[in-house]
Amino acid sequence: MANQEIIFAGFGGQGILSMGKFLAYAGLEENLNVSWFPSYGPEMRGGTSNCSVILSDEPVGSPLVVDATTVVVMNRPSLDKFESHVVKGGLLIIDSDLVNREPERTDIEIIKIPAQKIAEEVGSKKIANMVLLGALVEKTKIVKMESLLKALKEHGKEQFYELNKKALERGAEFAR
Amino acid sequence: MADKVLMKGNEAIGEAAIHAGCQCFFGYPITPQTEVAAYMSRRMPKVGRVFLQAESEVAAINMVYGAAGAGVRVMTSSSSPGISLKAEGISYIAGAELPCVIINIVRGGPGLGGIQPAQSDYFQATKGGGHGDYRLVVFAPASVQEMVDLVQDAFDVADKYRNPVMVMGDGMLGQMMEPVEFKERPKKELPEKTWAANGLKGREKHNVINSLFLKPEELEAHNNKLQEKYREIEKNEVRYELYNCDEEMDLVIVSYGTLSRICKNAIKMLKKEGINVGLIRPITLWPYPVEAFDKVIDKTKNGFISVEMSCGQMLEDVQLAVNGRKPVHFYGRSGGMVPTPAEIANKIKGIVGGAK
Repeated sequence: MANQEIIFAGFGGQGILSMGKFLAYAGLEENLNVSWFPSYGPEMRGGTSNCSVILSDEPVGSPLVVDATTVVVMNRPSLDKFESHVVKGGLLIIDSDLVNREPERTDIEIIKIPAQKIAEEVGSKKIANMVLLGALVEKTKIVKMESLLKALKEHGKEQFYELNKKALERGAEFAR
Repeated sequence: MADKVLMKGNEAIGEAAIHAGCQCFFGYPITPQTEVAAYMSRRMPKVGRVFLQAESEVAAINMVYGAAGAGVRVMTSSSSPGISLKAEGISYIAGAELPCVIINIVRGGPGLGGIQPAQSDYFQATKGGGHGDYRLVVFAPASVQEMVDLVQDAFDVADKYRNPVMVMGDGMLGQMMEPVEFKERPKKELPEKTWAANGLKGREKHNVINSLFLKPEELEAHNNKLQEKYREIEKNEVRYELYNCDEEMDLVIVSYGTLSRICKNAIKMLKKEGINVGLIRPITLWPYPVEAFDKVIDKTKNGFISVEMSCGQMLEDVQLAVNGRKPVHFYGRSGGMVPTPAEIANKIKGIVGGAK
C-alpha cells in the first residue's frame, strides 16, 4: 500500500511550497490520491514556510500532516519544530548546509545532504530544494522519477527544467 | 485520471462558478479566501463576464443584490468578518427573494480574530447573521472536488427557490490543493426568471424588486410565503453522508467539512483498538439532516459527539435532532486550532471507556 504523509519545511523563498506541489502533481500522474496544504500565516520571504503533502492509495483523510512518514527540513527552526513529528521508523531529510545541529532522534532514518553545495555545483543554490526532493523520491519510491520529471515539465518553468532535472538526479544519487 | 487537475480550493470555487454560468463576481480581498477573487479577476474577463473588486464588502453584496435582481447568476465570496459586513445585504436579498451564491471560507473569530481555519460561523450561517425571519441554504463541502460540485449545485438550488445559498468551507479547504474533475452536468429544469428587473420585455408593468412591506398584513403574508418555501427546502434539499454506520456502534461522531475527514482518521485509529465509531457528516447545515440521526439512533451505545472547530455551535442542532433520546457529547477546538485524529480518538476513548 502506498501511503506517504510528508512535511516540507524551511524559509519562505527556498521553494518549500513548490517542491510539495511538484510531488503532488507527480502523484496525480500516477493516479494516487493526493493533497497539498500550505501553511498560510502572515509568512513572507525570509519567514518560515511549510506544507503538508499526502500521496496515498486510499482517499486522503486529514490534509494536515501531524504524524509524518517523511519530513524534509531546510533550516534549523524547522528541524526544531518538526523532528518530533516523524513517525517511528520514518525518514528525516536534512539540508546539512543550512542546519547547524545534529538531530536527536535515534528511531528514524536520517539523510543529511549538503544540498546547497550540490545545487551550486549543478548551477544554482536556488535549486537545493530539488536536490532534497530527488533524495526523497529515491528513498521512498513513492512516485517514479519519470512522473516527477513529467510534473516538472508540465508545471514548472521551462527554462529551469534541465537544471531542475540535474538537481533531482544528483539528490537521488546521493540517497542511493 | 486524465481529466483531473490539481487545484487549490479557492481557485476551484471560481472555476466551478464559471462552469455554472456565473455572469458576475463581486468581491473584496480577505485572507484566507483572496485567491477566489484573484482567480476570478483573471478568468472572468477571458470568458466575457464581469469581475469587479468592490470598494468594500458592503458594496460587493449590494452589487450582488443588483445583478441578482436583473436575473443573472452572480456570486460573491469572503471570510468571516467580511460576511458579517455582508449580513445586511444578505437579509435584503433573502427578503427580496433573489438567487445568489455566497462563499464563506471561515477563519477564527470573533472580531478580527485570526486567519487560521475555523467553523465558528455556524450560527451566523444557519441561524441568521442578518435580521429578520430568513434562511440560507448552507452547503458544507469536505473536499475540493465536493466544493466544485456543490458550488455548481448552489446556483441551481438558488434559482429553483429564489433564495441565497451559502457554501461554507474552512480556511484549510480554501488553501489546500486536491485533484478535481469538472464533470459534464445534466442541465436542470429551472423556472424562467419572469420576475427579473431586466426591462419590460413585452410586459405591461415593470418588475419591481423590493424587500420593503410597510403594511403589517402584507409583511406577515410575505413571511408566511417565505416560511412555506423554507419547509419545501427542508423537504427536498437535505444532504448528508453516513460513514461506518452499518453495524452496532460505541458512539457516533457528528462533524462536517474538512474536520469530518480528520474524524474519519480517528475512526480508523479507534477501529484498530476495537472501538467502533460511526460518522454523520451533514452536507447541508441548513436544512439540517435530522433524518440521519433517526437512522442510527438505535445502533449507538453511547449516543453522539459533536466534533467542531467552534465552541459548541452545531452541538445545539445535534441536541435538537437527538431530542433527549441518547446522550450528546462535545469536543471542539477554536481560534484556528485544528484537532488531530489522536486528540479526537482520546476524547472518544474517555467516553466509551477505553479499549475493550
